[in-house]
Amino acid sequence: MPASILARLVVLEARRGGLPWLAAACIAAGVALAAFLSQVALTESRELQVAIVAAWLRACAVFLVAAHVASRTLREVDDKALELMLALPLGRPAQYLGRFAGLAACGALLAAAFAAPLALLAPPGAVALWGLSLAFELALVAATALFFAMTLVQPVPAIAATAGLYLLGRSIAALQALAGGGPLADASFAGELARGAVGAVAFLLPRLDAVTRTEWLLYGVPSAAAYAAAIGGLLLYGVVLVAAGLFDFERKSL
Amino acid sequence: MQRARRVPGWILGLLAASLAAQLAWHAALPAARQAKEGLPPAPRAAVLRLASFGENAAAARLVMLYLQSFEMRGLDYGRLVGWLRAAAALDPLSAYPLFAAARVFAETPDPMASRVALEFVYEEFTRDPDRRWPWLAHAALLAKHRLKDLPLARRYAAAIDRQTRSSDVPLWAKQMEIFILEDMNELEAARIMLGGLLERGEIRDPNELRFLQQRLKELDQRVKSGVK
Repeated sequence: MPASILARLVVLEARRGGLPWLAAACIAAGVALAAFLSQVALTESRELQVAIVAAWLRACAVFLVAAHVASRTLREVDDKALELMLALPLGRPAQYLGRFAGLAACGALLAAAFAAPLALLAPPGAVALWGLSLAFELALVAATALFFAMTLVQPVPAIAATAGLYLLGRSIAALQALAGGGPLADASFAGELARGAVGAVAFLLPRLDAVTRTEWLLYGVPSAAAYAAAIGGLLLYGVVLVAAGLFDFERKSL
Repeated sequence: MQRARRVPGWILGLLAASLAAQLAWHAALPAARQAKEGLPPAPRAAVLRLASFGENAAAARLVMLYLQSFEMRGLDYGRLVGWLRAAAALDPLSAYPLFAAARVFAETPDPMASRVALEFVYEEFTRDPDRRWPWLAHAALLAKHRLKDLPLARRYAAAIDRQTRSSDVPLWAKQMEIFILEDMNELEAARIMLGGLLERGEIRDPNELRFLQQRLKELDQRVKSGVK
């Protein structure tokens, strides 16, 4: 139970730290951008609004969560609050998991807030699935940022590593398609090596291009199996990151 | 509550002067317009997919807004078709690239450029005939009335008849070949086609509706004034 108290404190800290205002500003900017772009569209104005707002809100949510997690974790380290917490009769795994649960809850609240304006533009069922997927995606981003912040203990490297992993996860499928090269692909050893290297990197990354897809809002929800597979992949990678974070936190001498 | 410290005057002066200089600098710059070099070569759809980090639907629509911002006169239609093809490949379910090709770019006064745009519509139609027939129907009308190329118009009309399978495709579209051969003027043909689309509720987008009604009005004025 003490871990749940820690989780609640993390959510409370986010609420008092201005995260809701930043989220509101992102929603307002997205709506304004979409309204402007829909005026210049010749056709598919609703689809344009949905596509732009969804892409914008997804990017904003990921940035807000990554920056919030990295900054609050490093503030805890710098202010020696972490050392103080470790003096409490609470095991390190419970401390780490409590923090992660609180950050994942912040991500879920942010996902719900960001899905709400989309419900005005797209079918509610599709928006619900999109929002749920975003909540899982933000939990993964929180786990990534927590891991890198605890490990690297510097804000810029932690945010850069989180952004790098996230962007690579979103673009790895496109990179693999480019590396494939089609019928004109380089058949030399170097070409094969490059393709193999991209394939090997892909094994170590989450398939973020398969989740929170704008196409669900535009053209209908995916099949239950495809959705479950995409979310399952996220959860699995989230467990890997949390386990890696726990390992690092346990062995760290503070 | 802690009182704010008084800021030295020179800092306030520097702030005001630099802000005024920024505004003056911006006012002196020429208005932001499309690059004079014209449309650059189109990237591959895979490159756009990578650049948009998988936001294909948003990227396809932004490509279309980008293309719309170019003046049609002097536009390199070879490059334009490359961009349209990339947008269609990014989001194959979007109607925007075909709509723009058939209703905007193909209506250029340059017959060679118009043919390039119409061929793009035909090529893309063959990939998904049951969804993309309305734009090929419009292409057939343009081929007949603007280009005065009856064989081309018949080729497009015959493609609608032979390649569409869905029961959603209306009879008038299936029988477009007859429509093409009939001796009717462009306005009459466009009215029948648009009327059919509107009646079936195919056009729901308010911007598209406004655009098409405007086009119909322009066509009406052109027919009345006898301009070809």
